[in-house]
Amino acid sequence: MATLELHGVEKRFGPASILAGIDLALADGEMLVIVGASGCGKSTLLRLVAGLETPSAGRIVLDQRDITQLDPAARDIAMVFQNYALYPHMSVFDNMAYALRIRGLSRNEIAAQVQATAELLGIGALLARKPRQLSGGQRQRVAMGRAIVRSPKLFLFDEPLSNLDAKLRVQMRAEIRRLQRRLGVTSLYVTHDQVEAMTLGDRLLVLEGGRAAQLATPMEVFARPATVYVAGFIGAPAMNFLPAALLPGGAVQLSGGQVVAVPGAVGSPGAVTLGVRPEHVSLADGGIPLAVELVEPLGSETLVHGRMADGTALLAKLPGAAPVGDQVAVALAPDALHLFDAASGRRL
Amino acid sequence: MRTDWLAHSVLCAGVLLFALPVWLVLAGSTQPADAIARGELSLVPDLRGLGIYADVLRAGGPGVTPLWRMLLVSFGMALAIALGKIVISVLSAYAVAFFRWPGRTLAFWVIFLTLMLPVEVRIIPTYSVMAGLGLINSFTGLTLPLIASATATLLFRQVFLAVPDELVEAARMDGAGPLRFLRDILLPVSAPNLAALFVILFVYGWNQYLWPLLVATDPRLDTVVIGIVKMIGSEAQTEWNRVMAAAVLALLPPVAVVLLMQRWFVKGLAEGDK
Repeated sequence: MATLELHGVEKRFGPASILAGIDLALADGEMLVIVGASGCGKSTLLRLVAGLETPSAGRIVLDQRDITQLDPAARDIAMVFQNYALYPHMSVFDNMAYALRIRGLSRNEIAAQVQATAELLGIGALLARKPRQLSGGQRQRVAMGRAIVRSPKLFLFDEPLSNLDAKLRVQMRAEIRRLQRRLGVTSLYVTHDQVEAMTLGDRLLVLEGGRAAQLATPMEVFARPATVYVAGFIGAPAMNFLPAALLPGGAVQLSGGQVVAVPGAVGSPGAVTLGVRPEHVSLADGGIPLAVELVEPLGSETLVHGRMADGTALLAKLPGAAPVGDQVAVALAPDALHLFDAASGRRL
Repeated sequence: MRTDWLAHSVLCAGVLLFALPVWLVLAGSTQPADAIARGELSLVPDLRGLGIYADVLRAGGPGVTPLWRMLLVSFGMALAIALGKIVISVLSAYAVAFFRWPGRTLAFWVIFLTLMLPVEVRIIPTYSVMAGLGLINSFTGLTLPLIASATATLLFRQVFLAVPDELVEAARMDGAGPLRFLRDILLPVSAPNLAALFVILFVYGWNQYLWPLLVATDPRLDTVVIGIVKMIGSEAQTEWNRVMAAAVLALLPPVAVVLLMQRWFVKGLAEGDK
């Protein structure tokens, strides 16, 4: 258990900048989820903390100790890999015991710790098996066990659930969260899955092109996304983005001509992007006309894909099995609108 | 049905082509030497002549040491060559596959070049070097030059490169140093390849002829391959049944190694979790 700090961490491979000036501070026991599209540098950031790569600049501090140049083995950090990376020739017991053996623990201590961790994860009956005799979910548990048994200062998770099927993923997601809370180990969790990010993290770090686009709690990121990129990434189905022009006095004019009131909107008049989540679009007589292209009834809700008069696509998520014709009129919830600068993509 | 029949007859012909000479040697070894010399070689073994095997093992033949001794020399040589080559190849492949150091690419190509220089090509300079080191007529002289080539480095490099990066990283996170990783993870994971290569190298070592002929003139260092040739004297005096018995005996250890190791590496392959 420990605190983790990153100060201006950068990584360049030759001329290519992978990470630029990342600053972070994790409190003891906090779980921070690093999320972003592939190639945004999230795995590289994890590998820098692990010690598998060396930063080009900046410092990494774990528990008040500068570990930037330390060997991975000397950092007391455990990592759960995407493909589990279990040693194929070793039994589950040996896989979990390996790090303890290297540390020179006695046979009895090792057996006791492995046994206790295996019970915690519900894999006590599998200790004699080889990894190839395990299912995906069981391998995942063993990989977690291998990390937990060392009682490290920091856990690193590198997309640990991406190889599981959907049902198991939901189950393991909840289990990881429970375990992390119970063990109270400071954790970094990398994922490209926004649901995992929302449910697992105490805080989210959204990376875009090697830069921190936003660092905040999941609900804050959801409610007040800092950029168009963050807004489009967090939330499913993704937010609608409508080109618009900011008018003086708290309103915008859509490219189709309709004027939408945006309470509290300030800024110099000019081109903006109006963001609205599909769940904040509702049917309303006399609203914005929408030509319906596709209706997806999901039971508890109905997704309506439509186009406005000027051709801008708009997705609406309506509660229940809403009867929808070819042509509807919709309204955008005024208190759930997001305004972004059209050029920079930043929140206004 | 007709195609089956055709295929099987081709296969049977192939089997005969390979098996008949071996059978001929086996049958011939049990028959009287003068009968073979007259060209009356029967395809039916004469069970009364089986005693020749014990005799060849114990006493050898005219001008050679007992066969058990030559088999022992051959076995020692083949084993030393196979193990020596594996040790060198594993270490050099480990270095070029997992570590970044100045001159790595150069080193790899130099190693690769030795593949183009088999023993026969460099035999005169090698002999001169061995003579300079005073290793003529010694077991070291017999084996060392055959070990000192990197036949298997290329193969192991490919095997090692196929080991997932995550496995290497997991071991680093667990605190395993380079030698520990080699011993605990890399070698066990590569075990089927090690077994397969051991078989190939053992047979390669066992069949060496030219180098032992040159470097070891002392009869105590005669390998069984050399011994068989020595037993074939002038045409009239050759006791062909002895030669054939010796050939059969020389065949057994490599066959045994292949059978034993085959079991092992097929098991290893079948257990792989690919």
